[in-house]
Amino acid sequence: MTGLRVLRPGPMSLLQDAGRRGWQHLGVSPCGPLDGHAAAWANRLLDNAWGAPLLEIALGGVELLAEGDTWLASAGAELDLSLDGATIPGWSRFAVRAGQHLRIGFARRGQRLYLAAAGGFCAEPVLGSVGTQVREGLGGLDGRGGRLTEGDRLACSPATFSTAASVPWRFRGDDHDAPLRVIIGGDAPDFAAEQLEAFFAREWQLSPQSDRMGARLLGEPLVAPSRQWSMGVSRGAIQVPPDGRPIILQADHQTMGGYPILGWLHPLDQWRLAQCSARQDLRFTRVDIAAAQADLHRFYRFFKS
Amino acid sequence: MIRLEPAGAEALLLVLAEQPTPDLPLRIAALADDIRTELGALLTDLVPGWTSLLLHYDLLRTDHLQLAERLVPLLERWRAAPVPTVAGHLHEIPVWYAGEDLAEVARACELTVEQVTELHSAAEYRVGAIGFAPGFAYLGELHERLALPRRATPRTVVPAGSLAIAERQTAIYPQASPGGWHLLGLCPWRLFEPARTPPCPLMLGDRVRFRPVDEATYRRERGR
Repeated sequence: MTGLRVLRPGPMSLLQDAGRRGWQHLGVSPCGPLDGHAAAWANRLLDNAWGAPLLEIALGGVELLAEGDTWLASAGAELDLSLDGATIPGWSRFAVRAGQHLRIGFARRGQRLYLAAAGGFCAEPVLGSVGTQVREGLGGLDGRGGRLTEGDRLACSPATFSTAASVPWRFRGDDHDAPLRVIIGGDAPDFAAEQLEAFFAREWQLSPQSDRMGARLLGEPLVAPSRQWSMGVSRGAIQVPPDGRPIILQADHQTMGGYPILGWLHPLDQWRLAQCSARQDLRFTRVDIAAAQADLHRFYRFFKS
Repeated sequence: MIRLEPAGAEALLLVLAEQPTPDLPLRIAALADDIRTELGALLTDLVPGWTSLLLHYDLLRTDHLQLAERLVPLLERWRAAPVPTVAGHLHEIPVWYAGEDLAEVARACELTVEQVTELHSAAEYRVGAIGFAPGFAYLGELHERLALPRRATPRTVVPAGSLAIAERQTAIYPQASPGGWHLLGLCPWRLFEPARTPPCPLMLGDRVRFRPVDEATYRRERGR
């Protein structure tokens, strides 16, 4: 066993894995990485299993000390990454030796960096997952939903790779400005046709009040229909509360919701949204559910097998 | 009529009724058990709502059409099944009626504090849904004399164990969390504990009665 000592934890660094599945009927949020694409690549670079525990580093600002030799990999937000002062490229795996300092600067583009370690970081799962759910006090290194703090030790395995490796450019996802794709459904038939049109025609902004639970949109409000009975909700659901400002459910979403739902974000675009910064302009376009499922199926086939 | 609808790329929603009825939670729980037994390998989560059941499925193992097809015989069986005669498990939960909003609730309902406590603890409630937070059980149906809209401004922190009411519902907050319900009292027991099996003692369709206790009993039973 080797590991990393946390010298500077950054504002919001969380241990995550594939999420807490199978407990939503008791009100437990599914949790997991906000950007599942970058998280999957960070693990894949180290030949880790799907969902091996890794760090989700929001905004950056982290410093770690290697206590032994191992390999790490990063993917996600664009920022300065250096090992004892030498620049490390993003979307790559790299060797670290005992005593070396890894410095992670602040994000220039994108919001979240995923840092994986050979074999995954070790922590005791709570309800089957180490995923940190701060609001619910579940998971993380302490098992009680704590974010990374100074002095924490992230245990991982030693590893040997013969060469460095990087994710090819074309797979990194550079379509930051493309509209986000939406599968229409749910309560959409209860919305007035011009309200649906307005959702797609209008320009929205990502609210700084967004969090891991939901991405909130700023813009001219929609007129939402009413719905009476709360029901189970899934990630990516676009809820329209009475104030008319849509909320897109993210990884830490509640299990049930009562607001009318206009549709769901394409899963691959949920991950793109996770890298958008506050006040960023967002536009939406329609996608067929079959096309979205085909894309997601291809993604899972590549990363899960 | 039962409706089957996509709920995003990896979930299927079963809308089972237009309105909740007293028997529905227990019937939805029975359907969820049946589906879990028959199709559990295809599913990651089953989330009962007031009138619905959301099935999160594994896209590598099934898709909407295939799952819908396999659900048809289960739904037919469920529709034909008699209304369950076995009532849900009965829980008797101690409550120290000393909530911050007790006096205000009494005033708003034009009752005395004693009458509020009596009305609230006389009834038998049913778990209609579990959600909002881990182990947060929506209990119905609250006496109409106690029905109040949610607070205009939600509290940023409601203490763990708070017994609260809003509209025709009552519930206990298992963890400290923000909340907009009116606080009537405190329950000493822990109602969500991840290390326990099951983590939450209250299940869908279970029955709940509240037993008024004094401060000394509350302190003695705290953390159980």
